[in-house]
Amino acid sequence: MSEKYSVIGKNVHRVDGTEKVTGTAKYTFDIVLPNMLYGKILRSPYASAKILSIDTSKAEKMEGVYAVVTAKDTIHKKQGIWRRFPELCDEEILCSERVRYIGDPVAAVAAIDEYVAEEALNLIDVEYEPLPAVFNQMDAIKEDAPQVHDGVELNINVTRHIEWGDVDEAFKHCDVIREDHFVCSSQAHMCMETHCAAASYSYDGKLTVWASTQASYYTQVLLAGMLGMREGDVRVIKPPVGGGFGGKFELDSAQFCAALLSKKICRPVRIVLTREEEFTATKRRTPIVYTSRIGAKKDGTILAKEIRGITDGGAYTGMGATALYLTGFFSSFPYKYPNYRYDGYRAYTNTEPTSAMRGFGAPQAVFVGESQIDMLAAELGIDPIEIRRKNGMTPGYEVPGQAYIQSCGLHQCLDKIDEYIKQRGKLPPNHGIGVAAYGFMSGGIFNWFDTPYSFSSAIVRVSIDGKVDLFTGACDIGQGSDTTLSMITAEELGVKLSDIRIHAADTGICPADLGAWGSRETLMNGNACKMAAADAKRQLIEFAAAKMGVNIVHDLDIRDCWIYLVDRPERRISYYDICREAIRGKDGETIIGRGHYTPHRKGMISPAYSFGVQAVEVEVDPETGKMKLVDVTTAHESGTVINPVGITGQLEGAIMMAGGYALCEDQPMDQGKILNPSLADYKVIHSLDMPETNIIEVDTFEPEGPFGAKEAGEGLTNPTAGAIANAVRNAVGVTITDLPITPEKILKALKAKKEKEKKGK
Amino acid sequence: MLKELKLTVNGQPYELSIHPRALLVEVLRENLGLTGTKRGCNEGACGACTVIMNGKSVKSCSVLALSANGAEITTVEGLSNGAELHPLQKAFLDYGGYQCGFCTAGMLMSCKGLLNMFPNPTKEQIRDGIDGNICRCTGYNSIIRAVEAVSRGDYKETK
Repeated sequence: MSEKYSVIGKNVHRVDGTEKVTGTAKYTFDIVLPNMLYGKILRSPYASAKILSIDTSKAEKMEGVYAVVTAKDTIHKKQGIWRRFPELCDEEILCSERVRYIGDPVAAVAAIDEYVAEEALNLIDVEYEPLPAVFNQMDAIKEDAPQVHDGVELNINVTRHIEWGDVDEAFKHCDVIREDHFVCSSQAHMCMETHCAAASYSYDGKLTVWASTQASYYTQVLLAGMLGMREGDVRVIKPPVGGGFGGKFELDSAQFCAALLSKKICRPVRIVLTREEEFTATKRRTPIVYTSRIGAKKDGTILAKEIRGITDGGAYTGMGATALYLTGFFSSFPYKYPNYRYDGYRAYTNTEPTSAMRGFGAPQAVFVGESQIDMLAAELGIDPIEIRRKNGMTPGYEVPGQAYIQSCGLHQCLDKIDEYIKQRGKLPPNHGIGVAAYGFMSGGIFNWFDTPYSFSSAIVRVSIDGKVDLFTGACDIGQGSDTTLSMITAEELGVKLSDIRIHAADTGICPADLGAWGSRETLMNGNACKMAAADAKRQLIEFAAAKMGVNIVHDLDIRDCWIYLVDRPERRISYYDICREAIRGKDGETIIGRGHYTPHRKGMISPAYSFGVQAVEVEVDPETGKMKLVDVTTAHESGTVINPVGITGQLEGAIMMAGGYALCEDQPMDQGKILNPSLADYKVIHSLDMPETNIIEVDTFEPEGPFGAKEAGEGLTNPTAGAIANAVRNAVGVTITDLPITPEKILKALKAKKEKEKKGK
Repeated sequence: MLKELKLTVNGQPYELSIHPRALLVEVLRENLGLTGTKRGCNEGACGACTVIMNGKSVKSCSVLALSANGAEITTVEGLSNGAELHPLQKAFLDYGGYQCGFCTAGMLMSCKGLLNMFPNPTKEQIRDGIDGNICRCTGYNSIIRAVEAVSRGDYKETK
């Protein structure tokens, strides 16, 4: 027992590994139920229109069609995930009087197969009266702009303000002040499995839904609300999910329409969104226009920052209100601004709604912040690493009125990257390295959903043969939480990983959990699992102590399946033997451990934060403007590493996604119509574009996390765009402040630079 | 009007009557219930539906099932030797070459097709060989490490 841990920190196969590499994992996409029908959704071709009438009679008469639903079949409720604020619950899903973007659902059909359902959609007559529409946030906030929702002044859906210190006074004392403008584009989640759900409403009034969701509890509660059912009569099961990235934790049209259709005819109905629907009629990353002012002393000490962000909200609120807040909060990261002010405005537009996406407003904020701090450093003649050292957060720092930073390895990460860059030495022509620093939360302390449950809960059941069933509401969407949580449970209980069998995210049998978003599962659900395992362990130890007849001064623990005296480990008894005896001794009652976690006294945002610094090397071809990512090296700390393979995967995957955001992923629109809604036209990073990746793990310990662990998922998407922008500047001397950084933009900037240099001569 | 289709999938011969417009991926998933093969885009852009046809990897959403008449197909379900995993499957497990798993079947079959052509591929050949497969989770590099391990002979093949 020389090593600190027996299970965590080890290279293990994921608990869902073999089913995934053998193709035996059954996704919602694969579910076929007896007597099942296939659903399709009719969507608005207009960006804004009044619905004058919907005639479904022809579709209903078509052979093979079993049900058609419209708003008439609903209980006329609007839904939203911000339940504490009814005015932000603004989405009907099936529109009754008005459509607000191209893709807004108006009707759904259940038929014998998808082809019949598709044909039936063509037989539904919807009479629209087109209305004037508005397509971006800057137009939407003009006095005479068309209204997306009646009665919402200037189309402003939400505003957020964050302030501390005396910003105006501080700017008076700065030697250098910069004001810059930045534009952050949209991005599609682009999960490999499109949104889908299979719903089965039984004759006795119970609904079971298999859903590709990252929060089965939210799906359960929101569905019950929209269908007028008791929460307990709605069971949501999350099979393996083909990716989420923030796009799958709100109630979506596939879930709602499948459930509504099934409820109408008491037959199972499955709806799988097409790739085009996935791109045009789900949610997307929030585009934001920023103005950022930053002021510093000559020596690089930053005194103040003032930032304004106006976000394109699209047609509905969704999780966009949270993204609006978090982009303001993370615009202060990872630095100690003594004076800081953020004003955020979210404007409704007649476009696909924008919402949460990996990083949740922070990748945009960090692109802006890390671009600007490099520009400031250049103006001051200070090394980019040095200015970050001078102002970077340290352990024990309090973000005034917002957050407490406990563990923080930012400075060690800066040292490692500094070392790496120096080792790299002189670069070839047109190559440049850019750096960016970041921090991110380990789950949000937000309860706009207004749940009375703990944020995370877990139950551990120990059977006579020592097998442990772990019941948790946590949602593994590919990021690996089933494995992480099984490892935490095994470590705490002192058993092997193979002794654990996890049952996750089935609301019929698992306790509630808020789901996989905001990088929350490892810390929050991990704490719940650890507590549940400790509770079960305590019960086993009680029996072991009695059976072994130990003096009460001794402490007992379990490790590697042995129950032993902590001070005399040679006195031990088999865990497996004790399980049988303990259950027999309790009159046959199963041993159950309970755990829950809700953060308290941890500020407004999150109980813990991870930090890191990334260096990206790019090569820019000045003739074509084309950029190649050469190498990405990241120094990163996430507390105790639970699953090393998992962290590497999160990091490399984040580079693919954030690199795509910086380079090529975009959703151009014409009059609200997305122009590239296919995987052939929506460009992502493929294997040939993927750079070499190196990870330098910096050791930290987070007191609030299970075994010292914290966030390791979304934070890694934050630095890449800023680091790339800085690398381009260092490679060819141009600054691009609007994403994505395309060859066209680089060429244009190079041309402008050349002309300026000519004039200067 | 249904048409006759004869093909061998994972060593098993089948005779089917199918719609002439049916795609190979539809026949595999719907007629034969082999749901390990996924559909991500239906236009040959993502590679989630990749299978081996007569030794070469193909995107089964871009193959009319009738054009596969007489062909030998291997899907992910046919990759292991009974209960013994294929080296690529073992390497994917060890190197974390998957996360959500939705692209994994197609990715494995592309890697298999690649190794059929180049048993000892260079890193560039591996990158090229899986360039038609989109993975939204891993960033590809863990998959490349897994293929390198297999081509190095770190895993023994049992069939």
